[in-house]
Amino acid sequence: MTAETIIQSLASGLLMGLLYGLIAAGLALIFGLMDVVNFAHGEFLMIAMYVTFFLFAFFAIDPLLAAPLVAAALFVFGAVVYLLIVRFAMRAKANAGMVQIFSTFGLAIVMRGLAQFFFTPDYRSVTNSWVGGKTVSIAGIYLPEPQLIGAMLSIAAFVALYFFINRTDFGRALEATREDAGAVALVGIDKNRVFALGWGLGAALVGLAGAIMAIFFYIYPDVGASFALIAYVTVALGGFGSVFGAFAGGIIVGLVEATTALILPPSLKSVGIYAVYLLVVFIRPRGLFGSM
Amino acid sequence: MDTHFAQRRRRDLIVAACLAVIAALVPLFVKDVYVQNIMVLTLMYAALSQSWNILSGYCGQISLGHALYFGLGAYTTALLFTKFGVLPWFGMLAGGAISAVIAMALGYPCFRLRGHYFVIATIVIAEIALLLIQNWDWAGAALGIDIPVRGDSWLKFQFARSKLPYFYFALALACVAWLVTWWLEDSKWGYWWRAVKDNPDAAESLGVVVFNSKMGAAAVSAFLVAVGGSFYAQFVSYIDPESVMGFQFSLLMALPAVLGGIGTLWGPVLGAVILIPLTELTRSFVGGSGRGVDLIVYGALIVAISLALPKGLVSMFSGRKEATR
Repeated sequence: MTAETIIQSLASGLLMGLLYGLIAAGLALIFGLMDVVNFAHGEFLMIAMYVTFFLFAFFAIDPLLAAPLVAAALFVFGAVVYLLIVRFAMRAKANAGMVQIFSTFGLAIVMRGLAQFFFTPDYRSVTNSWVGGKTVSIAGIYLPEPQLIGAMLSIAAFVALYFFINRTDFGRALEATREDAGAVALVGIDKNRVFALGWGLGAALVGLAGAIMAIFFYIYPDVGASFALIAYVTVALGGFGSVFGAFAGGIIVGLVEATTALILPPSLKSVGIYAVYLLVVFIRPRGLFGSM
Repeated sequence: MDTHFAQRRRRDLIVAACLAVIAALVPLFVKDVYVQNIMVLTLMYAALSQSWNILSGYCGQISLGHALYFGLGAYTTALLFTKFGVLPWFGMLAGGAISAVIAMALGYPCFRLRGHYFVIATIVIAEIALLLIQNWDWAGAALGIDIPVRGDSWLKFQFARSKLPYFYFALALACVAWLVTWWLEDSKWGYWWRAVKDNPDAAESLGVVVFNSKMGAAAVSAFLVAVGGSFYAQFVSYIDPESVMGFQFSLLMALPAVLGGIGTLWGPVLGAVILIPLTELTRSFVGGSGRGVDLIVYGALIVAISLALPKGLVSMFSGRKEATR
């Protein structure tokens, strides 16, 4: 193993990690806002990838141009899921934790079933997109273009999110609701509206990630499952609910994955991520950047 | 507690005995192999879900990683039999014992985790085990293990021609899991768990003993699920990592309890009796053309039940009595 291979795989790991951060950002946003873990998060990603695929297959819209459209579609989808399902799950008086977990899990199962039914279990891929399969060489290190663009998009999205949360009225309403959902009602903020917009925004972020993922990853009904688990680990490492913790968590996960793949057989690369998750929560039960 | 509670427990026991006798008689009238197969699976999931419910329902530690113990049971039995010729009955006990020990070893650090951190830890641990087995050549890696069938025998617990022995074993396992739960409800552990659920202050003062009781619950729960896994390996006589340790098993164990009523005595039984035949029938009616319909049906059912009846279907029968207990 040469220094070059190590730098090469750490660089790819970093890019992938930034994408993991983007995938997990919506999950963290929703959790921070209302203490709900969306167990259908992976299926949101799956839907985003399919939307990208069909826009490309039927209308020849390149995934990079489609990304804003996919994000918009997912925004609507996320808000609808909140209004139709999650809103009612939050009202449960008995077994509240169980209701949240299984109502979103049930949704995940339905979405997977619908995808199998309408799109068949076949593997699909976007071929001949603008950047698909291309690499750039920077100082002797080869970086795949889709991942590079994904990583830059992730950084841009987090910067935008930062300004959005801190500088806009809606962002401030989001923060206020997150701090005290009861009190905001007194100042005339409609809690349900904020939550619905929060779900929309969270879903739009994973939509953005899905559009990029569709360029270089196979698209099939169960594709969300493995990425969802990585997203939970990412969010947990960052301290549940911290959007910017998810950014740092994603980078860690990407680097750990790349390092594991150097040491262990590639089929075991996820073991490193999972082991780091366990190590972190056993030492700090509320995550790496979570408040104790 | 009071006489009312004692009365209910006696009634539960009588109802269970009657149901078990009726269930035991059913195969005398139902000869169809396809239906018998569904009955075996229903009883197996009733047993698994009942065992899952001990830790996740009564103790409130929601595990979505019980496929680990199911797979450990299946693999221990199959490996001991194919590699060393050890009879499945011993393999079953060995698998149960190994699972119980591992459950306690994992419970020790995991029970300190709160809420979602705990749930995700259980998923992650089962996933690590799955990946390791998939890469373990001696245990057949991703291809799995073919258990050689050497004719019908109770000694080897193999029956090529008849489903009946499997049916009665699954029924016995479901009864044992039910009885263990029934017994736990009235034990010291049962009282502590109820106390902790109702009152966080009680949780503080009972801290250490409750922690120990959770370790016990994890061991019992894992043991029973592993026995279920051993049974499944003998029943299908072919196992591979994904088919016995995949995440879907963790989910399939939880769903009957969620549907019927999590943390209740009858919930898992009721849930399994509705969910498993429904899933199997949907699958065979729709056939190969409409893949995914079974997923849509039971996913929708889970969403609907968890939103409309968070205490599960049993709450429709017991109503207020259960709430005031």
